[in-house]
Amino acid sequence: MTRTAAWSALALLVSAVLIVATGGSPVEAMQALVRGSVADATAISVTLLYAAPLLLIAAGACVSASAGVFNIGQEGQVLIGALAGAAAGLRLALPGPALIAVVGLAGALAAGFWAWLSALMHRLRGVDIVVSTLLMTFVAQQVVAFAVNTPWLLQESRLGRATVLPQTNKLPPRALLGSLGSYPGLQLNAGLLIAVAAAVSVAVLLTRTRWGFRVTMLGLNPAAAAHSGVRVTVVTGSALAISGTLAGLAGAVLLTSPLSTNRLQPGGTLGLGWDGLLVALIARNRPLLAIPVALLFAVLRSGGSFLAATGVPSYLADIVKALLVLAFVAPRVPWRRLAVA
Amino acid sequence: MNLLDDLGTVLSSSLRLTAPLAFAACGEYLAERAGTLNISVEAMMLGAAFSSVAVAGATGSATTGLAAGVLTGALIGLIHGNLAHRLTINTFVVGLVLNALVLGLTSFLIAGATFGSRPPQRWPLLLLPGIVLLTWWLVERSRWGLELRAVGENPRAADMTGIRVGLRRRQALLWCGALAGLGGAYLAVGEVGSFNQNMTAGRGYLVIAAVIFGGWRLGRTLVGCAVFGLADALRLALPALGVTLNSQLLIAAPYLLALLAMVLFATRHRRPRALGKPFVRQEP
Repeated sequence: MTRTAAWSALALLVSAVLIVATGGSPVEAMQALVRGSVADATAISVTLLYAAPLLLIAAGACVSASAGVFNIGQEGQVLIGALAGAAAGLRLALPGPALIAVVGLAGALAAGFWAWLSALMHRLRGVDIVVSTLLMTFVAQQVVAFAVNTPWLLQESRLGRATVLPQTNKLPPRALLGSLGSYPGLQLNAGLLIAVAAAVSVAVLLTRTRWGFRVTMLGLNPAAAAHSGVRVTVVTGSALAISGTLAGLAGAVLLTSPLSTNRLQPGGTLGLGWDGLLVALIARNRPLLAIPVALLFAVLRSGGSFLAATGVPSYLADIVKALLVLAFVAPRVPWRRLAVA
Repeated sequence: MNLLDDLGTVLSSSLRLTAPLAFAACGEYLAERAGTLNISVEAMMLGAAFSSVAVAGATGSATTGLAAGVLTGALIGLIHGNLAHRLTINTFVVGLVLNALVLGLTSFLIAGATFGSRPPQRWPLLLLPGIVLLTWWLVERSRWGLELRAVGENPRAADMTGIRVGLRRRQALLWCGALAGLGGAYLAVGEVGSFNQNMTAGRGYLVIAAVIFGGWRLGRTLVGCAVFGLADALRLALPALGVTLNSQLLIAAPYLLALLAMVLFATRHRRPRALGKPFVRQEP
């Protein structure tokens, strides 16, 4: 624990040195981070909006990693979820609450299927899951790009304009995730509720159910699990599908939350898929721990956008994130092994 | 323009798009034969692209810039190797973090500075045949390469015979970093002449796809690079030629081809048995 703290302090120190080296002021940067993320109700609302998809993705990553399956394709699964959600939200004429549910469900199922394809390739042809989920991410990006560039698919309607952009129409307001009530200035979006519920469910699933026991067993010792009768194919496939499902749900939540433009755009994930994976890494694949970590990453996201005003490029937040992950995965290592060559 | 001219344009541009991939693919191939599925090749290329342009701008010499790129790539390989094969942190975790870190770092640094544009220097292309031959010789004909392959196939057996598994994998990553660095530096100094944010834009992942597409054989890996380069060149050239072909399909083609190759030739591929598996010596 102390080691983790020491490494994290080192990570922050390195970031501060970077700021000084490029002529900025670490104190001002810190103030900007705080101002953008937690200083007032508006800032906190934005932070919580970022936390929801991050937590969903991280909870999903916890499931697959517990099964010993490393799914690194969340970025693509988020996109596929957003694509299916956008298709459902734009094409179906349903009343408000039903439409919201259908958008979420469509996103979750589509991305779950997308992730399950990797499990299928692994089962049938022994294709490595890490590689296939990674490659499928880039395929997903082009699938989405194709959908929003093709008029007869999802590209926005012309409406007399000279140029149409590669994006979908705005989702109808009744498809958007509502606020759970606004306490003086503080907006609580329904997405956060979904995310926390998902994280808690995943924790319960993994630690309190027979399926979760099989998943954990498979992750800890695949050979022993197979010998004791765990159906490896089924458990691997379901773990991967669930992790994709949650990433897809994150995509749908992102699409329908006030955070986005409520249109499907090729870069619409804001790179949250990669970030969510890092959250799970820091939380060491424990879904409940992922809640505070997702909040921390959300703070870096919302605060990061305020950095630019102080003359420090907002990319600093990305550096801090990566260094923090290093600080959290390094401590289990004895100091003396840290020699060069 | 006649057809021959068009063909010439497309071919020369595809050669130039292939070269950075081919440099890096030689490195990635070697690292994978030693058992590391190195996804930080993207970080190596991007970091090298940045440092090569920075150094070339500061010293006024493209050669020094290229050297700086090679060193940067090797440095990232050194970090990756130590984290993954000395501290035994999962290699994919290390790769993801390094990719995020280098992308953040280069974006951060470029936001504060501007590098002037320099004329492209294409001569490093001439290094490519030599590097391909050297990589082939190292892997297939040298004692060191034999040990690398042993480490990639069966690290426990290799360890039994006295080969230092972690050391060989770290050395393979150093080579991979140097070559990926050369690829990234060539892209920045040799082709474009400047650096922009996220300049490699996923070319590292393309390299990984090429090695998979090639079924872990050097020759086919390079064919993969050439096909991917051609697809990229076609995507850029076709609109001007008046041919409409789905550009998304062309961008996705490398990844689809790699996936397809894995699915179709799964049984015939010489995938290193211990690819991506960490090795920790079992204490008696």
